Amino acid sequence: MTGNVGIVIVSHSPDVARGTADMVRQMVGEEVPLAWCGGASGGGLGSSVEAITAAIDRAWSDKGVAILVDLGGAELNSEMAVELLSQERRDKVVVCNAPIVEGAVIAATEASGGASLDEVRRTAEELSPA
Amino acid sequence: MDITAATRRALIEGVADSVIRHADELTGLDQAIGDGDHGINMRRGFEAVLADLDRLAALPLPEALHAIGMILVMKVGGASGPLYGTLFMELGRGLPVTPGLADMAAALDAAVAAVKRRGKSDAGYKTMLDVLIPVLETLKSGHPGGLSGLAAAAAEATRPMKAVRGRASFLGDRSIGHVDPGARSSALMIGAICETLEAAP
Repeated sequence: MTGNVGIVIVSHSPDVARGTADMVRQMVGEEVPLAWCGGASGGGLGSSVEAITAAIDRAWSDKGVAILVDLGGAELNSEMAVELLSQERRDKVVVCNAPIVEGAVIAATEASGGASLDEVRRTAEELSPA
Repeated sequence: MDITAATRRALIEGVADSVIRHADELTGLDQAIGDGDHGINMRRGFEAVLADLDRLAALPLPEALHAIGMILVMKVGGASGPLYGTLFMELGRGLPVTPGLADMAAALDAAVAAVKRRGKSDAGYKTMLDVLIPVLETLKSGHPGGLSGLAAAAAEATRPMKAVRGRASFLGDRSIGHVDPGARSSALMIGAICETLEAAP
């Protein structure tokens, strides 16, 4: 495990999440803790608080974790997962308002250079219209 | 109002059965303006609730509501999971073991505020809040008669609204002319609760 901010990718579709993670690995490399999840618990498109919580755990870094999401349900479920974390972890996890693929690559690139959680989030969110 | 274990059981079963029975209808509404999974997701959540019925009905009302909320958060899988989960968990936080009408109004007030925050939403956005807010206002008035019909009418009243939040907002004006699936599922739950409480001994 490195000292870099971790990245979690949450899509409604496991294929999209896995594919986005593949792109991050290929473009950014192994310097960043990375985890993905996609699909509802029990199968089908959707997002699962349990799976998101587990992904946060896999990508955990003491510098924090940035979550990239695709659509509404993934965002709400990610926010819910963050709220259910322990107090000391909760403040180190952010859900980025950024497009999932571009956001994940940019966030991971920023993280791989040792940036803080705040810098990672800000860089990803520059991709979204204000 | 003394809500016995038998009444709690009937309430949970009534709400779950109503949602499950209407799952195809909810999915149909969601296919028109959302991602077409509301019925599927809600059925999955409430089937998980029913699977735990014995334990849930044995809990005091506040704990039962909180536990139901947690199951919905974990099992539903769409945006409705955290939204309904928040609603139930906040009701559990706010209600005493033996609530009166004023307690119900106060608890729903806090729960509606929490759902607004969770969904970054408000009245008139074509969501479940467009049912819950009129229901809350009626409870606050102290005259909750006809609540079931009021909830059903409030859901129907989302038809001409334009969606502001959620997937339906991508459709803009094309979301007009369809009942919001979350408003409909909320009305179903209110209807089931009213029916059960009216039949309770």
